[in-house]
Amino acid sequence: MSIIVFAEHDKGTFKKSSFEALTYAQDLAATKNLAVTAVVIGAANSNLNELGNHGANKVISVKGNNLDTFSAEAFSHVMAKVAGDENASIVIISNTYSGKSIAPRVAVKLGAGIISGVISLPKDDFSVKKTAYSNKAMAFVKLKSDKKVFSLVPNSYEVKNFGLSAEIKEITMDIDSSAIHTKSLNISKASGKIPLTEAEIVVSGGRGMKGPENWGLIEELAGLLGAATACSKPVSDMDWRPHEEHVGQTGITIKPNVYIAIGISGAIQHLAGVSSSKVICVINKDAEAPFFKAADYGIVGDAFEILPQLIARAKLLKN
Amino acid sequence: MRILVCISVVPDTTSKITFKDSNTKFNTEGVQFIINPYDELALTKALEIAESNNGTVTVINVGLADAEPSIRKALAIGANDAIRVNAEPKDALFVATQIAKIAKENNYDIILTGRESIDFNGGLVCGLLGELLNIPSINVVTKLELQNGKIIASRDIDGGHEELECSIPCVLSAQKDLCEPRIPNMRGIMSARTKPLVVNEPLSENDYAEYVSFELPEPKQGVKMIDAANAGELLDLLRNEKKLI
Repeated sequence: MSIIVFAEHDKGTFKKSSFEALTYAQDLAATKNLAVTAVVIGAANSNLNELGNHGANKVISVKGNNLDTFSAEAFSHVMAKVAGDENASIVIISNTYSGKSIAPRVAVKLGAGIISGVISLPKDDFSVKKTAYSNKAMAFVKLKSDKKVFSLVPNSYEVKNFGLSAEIKEITMDIDSSAIHTKSLNISKASGKIPLTEAEIVVSGGRGMKGPENWGLIEELAGLLGAATACSKPVSDMDWRPHEEHVGQTGITIKPNVYIAIGISGAIQHLAGVSSSKVICVINKDAEAPFFKAADYGIVGDAFEILPQLIARAKLLKN
Repeated sequence: MRILVCISVVPDTTSKITFKDSNTKFNTEGVQFIINPYDELALTKALEIAESNNGTVTVINVGLADAEPSIRKALAIGANDAIRVNAEPKDALFVATQIAKIAKENNYDIILTGRESIDFNGGLVCGLLGELLNIPSINVVTKLELQNGKIIASRDIDGGHEELECSIPCVLSAQKDLCEPRIPNMRGIMSARTKPLVVNEPLSENDYAEYVSFELPEPKQGVKMIDAANAGELLDLLRNEKKLI
């Protein structure tokens, strides 16, 4: 019996969320006496030994026709096939956009139950904690099926170094073009930007920033701290910032180590998306802003007086 | 062109979430229920496509009778008819199995769902339906057009977007930016009363997941205020006290 993990990579570079999923799998495997197999699909140029370090006992690198670009149909087929060959009882897939596309398909192929949004290891009764009510609560959910698929929230499990030397196996699996009904036409990515869901520090702006032309300050601070940028719902609704930066109940849910909110009052819907952050810092000129109640650190002041001070200090700390 | 839109009924986004019966059940007292916001986007997009392609839109909900006001609202927004599967929506696979059964009987060209429901946040039904029906699925879609009988869609990926072409039938899940949700007008509200709403009994298939209990996040220990004249101290504290930067 084994646990298999989808080791997602971007043009050969493994995602941090894949290492989190492997760490989670190895910690789980240790309690159940199982082995962890990482599945790498498509050409991954980077060092497959990295996967052993973060928890894989075995790495299966699958190459073949129609596996170099992501498609939910082909990738879920490969994952389910390997899970069957490896006699896997548990499949761990990180809840990234691609992970979310394949996890439910893999579950159906295997006849497995599935829980998405998992944030902790299973308890003795095999119930796991998952986010619910858009982070306003957590639920303990138990799967009744023998086979289980868990999709793990990025940034919810800390990466460990196990230093295992994984057995590496390369296999070929060709997927017939007639089995794939989607065709990728174009991929556009903002280069050099840290994905919001993986960022350890996030600097976020709200209506208090007064207009899109002032985002240079947010971006400068974020750049100095190695942070991703985010925004509140009104800011995204007014098109000051793209919707993929919107964090909150109807936007993205994030759980960075540090969340710095500037000019955001802290409506209940916004809090839902960020309340799992380890440390919340709120900067608002209204001392009565509800966000201060949910914060660890607060500064009452105007964004345009505070931000330059933070930028100056960040430069100092960086040197 | 026949389009099926899957809607779930969820607590309003401003709801304070609490639980009862030793934290095993959601406390519905004083909570207003609405159509899941992403499902409303899916519905609006479906109507737009149907209008320009001489199509029809059916909405489906897996839920008990108390979901009917929300289903009527979907009819008021413009759906042609509705199906309710009379069962508690226990988990995503259970819900998807019920919808897949009806989809198989009716040969829809396009099935739309929301990106996720804002109560269980699973985001699973789109992919589950794709696999159960053996059709392609595209998650978290911000653009959707029908061109020469093919779908052109844009989906969110980590740090960007991917544009895709896809054959029909297929299933897609709606993300913010797909469209502006429609608000029902008076004529819609009047006509919704007489539009067909069929109630089906569920397949007796088992649910796979059991919600054992819930918990609320721990409250914060209290905020430490920093003087605005010395704002830089915030970063010193994050470095020295929290060791996080």
